[in-house]
Amino acid sequence: MLKHHTFKISGIFLGILIVVLLMWSSVILGLTKISTQDVIDSFLNFDGSNQHIIIQDTRIPRALIAASAGASLAIAGAVMQGLTHNPLASPSIFGINAGASFFVVLGVSFFGVTSLEGFTWLAFTGAAIAAIIVYVLGSMGRDGLTPIKITLAGAAMAALFSSLTQGMLTLNERSLDQVLFWLAGSIQGRDLDLLIGLLPYLLVGWLLSLIIGKHMNILAMGEDVAKGLGQRTLMIKLFGALIVVLLAGGTVAIAGPIGFIGIVIPHVARWFVGIDYRWVIPYSGLLGAMLLLTADIGARYVIAPQEAPVGVLTALIGVPFFIYIARRGINE
Amino acid sequence: MDAITTNTLTLGYGEEDIIKELDLHIPKGEITVFIGSNGCGKSTLLKSLARLLKPKEGSIVLNGQDIAHTSTKKVAKDLAILPQSPVAPDGLTVLQLVKQGRYPYQNWFKQWTEEDEEAVNYAIRVTGTEDLIDRKVDSLSGGQRQRAWIAMTLAQDTDTILLDEPTTYLDMTHQIEILDLLHDLNEQENRTIIMVLHDLNLACRYADHIVAIHDKKVFQQGDPDTIITPQLIQSVFGLQCQVTCDPICGSPLCIPYSKGRHMKGVNKDEPTVNKQPI
Repeated sequence: MLKHHTFKISGIFLGILIVVLLMWSSVILGLTKISTQDVIDSFLNFDGSNQHIIIQDTRIPRALIAASAGASLAIAGAVMQGLTHNPLASPSIFGINAGASFFVVLGVSFFGVTSLEGFTWLAFTGAAIAAIIVYVLGSMGRDGLTPIKITLAGAAMAALFSSLTQGMLTLNERSLDQVLFWLAGSIQGRDLDLLIGLLPYLLVGWLLSLIIGKHMNILAMGEDVAKGLGQRTLMIKLFGALIVVLLAGGTVAIAGPIGFIGIVIPHVARWFVGIDYRWVIPYSGLLGAMLLLTADIGARYVIAPQEAPVGVLTALIGVPFFIYIARRGINE
Repeated sequence: MDAITTNTLTLGYGEEDIIKELDLHIPKGEITVFIGSNGCGKSTLLKSLARLLKPKEGSIVLNGQDIAHTSTKKVAKDLAILPQSPVAPDGLTVLQLVKQGRYPYQNWFKQWTEEDEEAVNYAIRVTGTEDLIDRKVDSLSGGQRQRAWIAMTLAQDTDTILLDEPTTYLDMTHQIEILDLLHDLNEQENRTIIMVLHDLNLACRYADHIVAIHDKKVFQQGDPDTIITPQLIQSVFGLQCQVTCDPICGSPLCIPYSKGRHMKGVNKDEPTVNKQPI
């Protein structure tokens, strides 16, 4: 664990450096061989060659989307784990991703939504509705919000939304091809416009997440202690929920429901910097970007020349880790 | 002068009332202890005084101001509460915990000041937690942990401190250690202390003012020397006892009737009041 402030700050810069290097690798690695010189040329003298088009239209959007989606999911997970006092909380486990996906598929299948704006708002709505339902179900009863109840509620909603989504796809085969690859979680073949359209929302989410860290440290000591210290706890929770909806919903709109980043990364971040959310959140962002960039590069090679959905890779990394955390949680 | 007064205060969860139309005056600069049987609402009352629970009706006035109309941060600078058995997040150190007590004084522009540093150092010194500051809160013994939490509430630098059963789960030595600390804070710095205690005899030792709660109301309140009688214990707790005089402090000492291998030939039908030291 990094104890000293200087180490923690150096870690941030090192993290940014690694993310940039991975983004660079993401641009030059893949089925089509691309050299560093090609990338520079594609910016300075674009000649319309196959390689330049791949760089500008595919590789660069892909690297940027992987970094933003990975960071967003990891931050959303860290905020959820902090607010619910639950090590298993994450956008995928609590049904937030499934809710957002359900609404997107609903819009595509039955209302013919094709616009980016439509996708975005459907994903936000779905994420918000799932978050509200899970929170209400999880805090019903006299003992209020408990980790076990909210986890069960989240798992139930995740299952419900996924089955409804699959049901819709079976009924409406026309939309199947359109959404199937997206549903497995993928950042390939996405337009840069999609990211640019969503960037304002993601930026608000990232910025709020950096501010809320200090207040989450207070809330982590329990509702009564936090209120006694003069915190308006409801407001902190609402801000937290807004961050989760913006970041998880936004990511689903770009990349589909990518699992396991939100649960795994905050634990890794805590391993580096301890429990202080002022550090856990930025570290989660950087580590999340690293994981998704790496998984996306991997997705190009595991079944080459075909591409695997990146969600499959994050699941392969995430499942063993999830079991490890769940077991540790039970033993404690 | 009152630290806190309540006006026709009614508290409860859902339909059920737990405290009904209570008018209470808590004296400033004294130690007040709430007593009563389990589930009588003394903890609920304490919580509501610290605005952790919204009253169904009535109001609570802290230093002349209605707390419902005062910003919660402002209240946090005048009144601190230590809930019953609070839990610190895994891995939090004692120093980190105590520093959190400065939360109400911080804002966007004022992050960490000399004043904050002083308040934290003071709180650590008074509670004798200097040697523990780098230890993790979850690794401490019960007594040490409670002192760390009290240090956090002291760092809040408030005139009034509320504590919900601060001696629960502590052995006798540590119970006395905590209560002595609170006594000194009251005696030397004139802080108003309001707490819930289960142990009647300790309550009688340390309290200037006892509030006995029964049947949604205050059954009786005042100086323990005058109000603690076998009749009060019988009515509030449904327990027969003798009240004698604490041989060390001279405060009332309640000795209950019970079963047990030594209980032979005691005539419990005639409760006696014996104020002479044994």
